[in-house]
Amino acid sequence: MDDVVIRAEKLSKAYDIRHSVQVNRYSTIQETLLSLPKKLFGKHQTTERFWALKEVSFEVRRGDRVGIIGRNGAGKSTLLKLLTKITEPTSGQAIINGRVASLLEVGTGFHPELTGRENIFMNGAILGMSRAEIRKKFDEIVAFAEVEKFIDTPVKRYSSGMYVRLAFAVAAHLEPEILLVDEVLAVGDAHFQKKCLGKMEDVSKNEERTVLFVSHNMPMISSLCETCILLHEGRILRMGATSEVIQAYYSKGIASDGSVDFTKDGRAHGDETARILHARMTNEEGGIVTESLINRSVIIEMEYEITLSEAKVSPNFLFYTSEGVCAFMSSDVSIDPKSDLKKEKGIYRAKCILPANFLNQDTYYIGLALTTPMTQKVHFYEKEVLQLNVVDPLDNVETRGQIPVRIPGVVRPLLRWECEKIS
Amino acid sequence: MTNNPQTIIRPSIGLAYLDLREIWRYRDLLFMLAAREIQLRYKQTAFGVVWAVLQPLLPAAIFAVIFGLFAKLPSNGSPYLLFVFTGTMIWNLFSQAITRAGNSLVGNANLISKVYFPRIIVPLSSVGAVLFDFLITGLILVALMIVYRMPPGLNILLFPAFLLLALVTAIGISLWLSALNVKYRDFMYAMPFLVQVWLYATPVVYASSLIPQKYRWIYSINPAVGFVEGFRWSVLGRGTLSASMLFVSAGVAAVTLVTGLIYFRTTERKFADVI
Repeated sequence: MDDVVIRAEKLSKAYDIRHSVQVNRYSTIQETLLSLPKKLFGKHQTTERFWALKEVSFEVRRGDRVGIIGRNGAGKSTLLKLLTKITEPTSGQAIINGRVASLLEVGTGFHPELTGRENIFMNGAILGMSRAEIRKKFDEIVAFAEVEKFIDTPVKRYSSGMYVRLAFAVAAHLEPEILLVDEVLAVGDAHFQKKCLGKMEDVSKNEERTVLFVSHNMPMISSLCETCILLHEGRILRMGATSEVIQAYYSKGIASDGSVDFTKDGRAHGDETARILHARMTNEEGGIVTESLINRSVIIEMEYEITLSEAKVSPNFLFYTSEGVCAFMSSDVSIDPKSDLKKEKGIYRAKCILPANFLNQDTYYIGLALTTPMTQKVHFYEKEVLQLNVVDPLDNVETRGQIPVRIPGVVRPLLRWECEKIS
Repeated sequence: MTNNPQTIIRPSIGLAYLDLREIWRYRDLLFMLAAREIQLRYKQTAFGVVWAVLQPLLPAAIFAVIFGLFAKLPSNGSPYLLFVFTGTMIWNLFSQAITRAGNSLVGNANLISKVYFPRIIVPLSSVGAVLFDFLITGLILVALMIVYRMPPGLNILLFPAFLLLALVTAIGISLWLSALNVKYRDFMYAMPFLVQVWLYATPVVYASSLIPQKYRWIYSINPAVGFVEGFRWSVLGRGTLSASMLFVSAGVAAVTLVTGLIYFRTTERKFADVI
């Protein structure tokens, strides 16, 4: 009981949103004229109570590393804002034992005209460090950020990478009992991200500090956090071991019947140039599937419409493993690299055959896109449109030989080996 | 076992109280925000210091010509330029403080929506930054007093009290303005106008002895009357300071401060949502 650092009890936050009532259906001039004064003078608006967070309850113990995941708008940032007292809950309460420091956005308080040195002090003070604390850690901070040479130049001259490194370095050296980090690591290169993750892990394991980490990057979450909270539309959908929660995140709202009809909801899924109409996965015989054996091929079909003549539109898809790693991406440009690539207006069907003995056993999440051949412009992209289970029947000798257990790897190719005795 | 501070986050109801301990904990931030503002102004302009001095000096010179020379307004026996300069000097402190503090919350919206700290620090730091400019103009005042050969009398010992009164008044008004500005952005546009009008309702270019006796106590409801007259009296040592006017004016300032604190702390909770 002593160990609980955060206890949230039915924490809720509501915002009142105003809607101007759009009355578009005027039938007579008289009605139109009569409603004008209301529009000009009246509060032709309704208020809706939008619950950003509804009755969220959970407990976090000292030294825990908890991931918070969810769709955009699920309430993750709102939860952090409540826990850091930036905004007040509408109902419910949270009890926090220990000091909290948060990193909701890098460089909070950074001023472009001030030098790196000055900004470290400024930023540190804003995050709650005293001048003495900052002075003590100054060298460590600069070393972590790798900006020794530029510490006395105005921050406006920094590259975006340096900027982010410096901002994170300050926050990383705070000594709060609880550290809340909100998606800030999305900026910054891989080396830096690894460094930050390492620091967060270090801080939690060796100094018994608690870390709450909000991110969309599943590999990062699964490598740092042991437990996870999945938020959906303001409520906790799932809480527990990270791998389970991530699975739950992915299986929410994904078409699990092998085919998607984008024309159903009347919206255009795309832009003025191209839009997608249908997508499906079939086996070699043409039947729609959601599952496939490892030694069978799968066909991905996309039907799309090009509405602008002479447009350069390429269908492509991306395969993600259940851990969120991008396994591969493919697009139709490979057909004829020399061709003009311009297509006429009309409806197209693209078929792509995924060969047998290619993917490993896993649940794959497929994102679909319509882009220009060099992917500079994206006409349509949706991340998790289809879900494919690739299954390995254990009696499949060709690809697994005599190995009885699960074979690791993102891919499972059947490769040719040549072995001969040489002496 | 738990020597860790425990915080309970829950919806607050009713009026808020002022947590001085918390403000003390964040004092470093207060100094740094004020220092940042000062630094920025002087860093970016080559003539930073000059602007700080010109702001009270130039209007004083213009007033000296128009009201002193041409209109020949009474100045309690002091040379008019000196008379009006002490007025513009302390008025400038006040008007700059409320204008900058008034916009300070909105101007620091990115801080307020991302980090927690007692929001009162923001307008307070603006007032602090203006104080720095004031100290610089103090040097000009000393120079002028030497030029006019007007050494200060014993009254000068009281000038810190009036300076303090000016700051208290400024803070009180700033709290109201900054909090109101978050919700009703009109205030930002109204402020220059407000300050202009207020200048003439305050005894800066004229002595309050100009006001007919029967209107004097209404006049002293203006909280600026107290510290302007008081400051000038303490520095120049001429004329008499009406105790009744001083009390009324200072009283209004005190009430503004207290109510301002209450209003600010009560609306503070919603700042991050509205800003």
